[in-house]
Amino acid sequence: MLTEFGKIFIFLLLAIFFVIVAVLFSKFIRPARPTKEKLLTYECGENPEGSPWIKFNIRFYVVALIFLIFDVEVVLLFPWALSYKEFGLPGFLVGAIFLIVLGLGMAYEWRKGDLEWARPVIQPPVLKKQTYSKDGILVSEEKAKESSAVLQDQV
Amino acid sequence: MNIYDIVFYLFAAITLASAFVVVTARNIIYSAFSLLFTFFGIAGLYVLLGADFIAVVQLMVYVGGILVLILFGVMLTNKITSVQIKTGTLQVIPAILGTALMAGVLIKIFTGTNWHSQMAQYPTKTTAYALGHILLTDYVLIFELLGILLLIALIGAATIARKEEKAS
Repeated sequence: MLTEFGKIFIFLLLAIFFVIVAVLFSKFIRPARPTKEKLLTYECGENPEGSPWIKFNIRFYVVALIFLIFDVEVVLLFPWALSYKEFGLPGFLVGAIFLIVLGLGMAYEWRKGDLEWARPVIQPPVLKKQTYSKDGILVSEEKAKESSAVLQDQV
Repeated sequence: MNIYDIVFYLFAAITLASAFVVVTARNIIYSAFSLLFTFFGIAGLYVLLGADFIAVVQLMVYVGGILVLILFGVMLTNKITSVQIKTGTLQVIPAILGTALMAGVLIKIFTGTNWHSQMAQYPTKTTAYALGHILLTDYVLIFELLGILLLIALIGAATIARKEEKAS
């Protein structure tokens, strides 16, 4: 008897077989004329620069941690969701309390700003008002809000 | 040797071979990626034991979560460009002693266990029903305590990560 997992296994085997056949077949029929440029790591047409070992933003790690905890929560909620109807209201309340406790954690993270992403600080360009004398010599230069306002109106 | 045995030995071979790579690989990234196949092989073994829910949990939590954390741990390491991220062979004699002790305990357990070596009975319903049933009857308190445990883990993880961020 073929179980559902057996079907998944056959599917997996087919997928692996398909990849191997496709890669091997194309390896046999394609011409192979490698040059230095072809063997470079592809970086959108540019020459690759620097090391790929960069330090990632710590925010990714926090998000991954939060994901893992809620992943475990979902795993525990699955059996509950399948069988709470047998127990009526008490069964529902058990899961509700579980969810509220984790909702507290979510609220804490939200309030503390752990879910906030560090946004790049945008510095708007400062327009300088320049006054010239008749023969084109720079007389004064001052930051003017009016000129930028006028510019924005024109845009 | 029926198809069940063949599939079992296939998954066991995947698990053992990739676990061997995890231990012996000199580059930590290769270790982390071969850990993926170890977890996958163990999920397959769970399926063969008839523990369908545990198998899916193994894929979801270990492959989907823990492996991501390990990879992020590698990628987030400070100044990873200057650090030699390759492991050497150190402390050979203590390592041999430790693993020999561990192997002795494991062999004792293997030989002492009364194995039920029969093919798993596939239930028509998923085992998640039975798990939910005992979670709501015998283990209600444990279920709620697990919620609190996860809450503590959530807050603790966020707090530690936040401190590191300020320090850097």
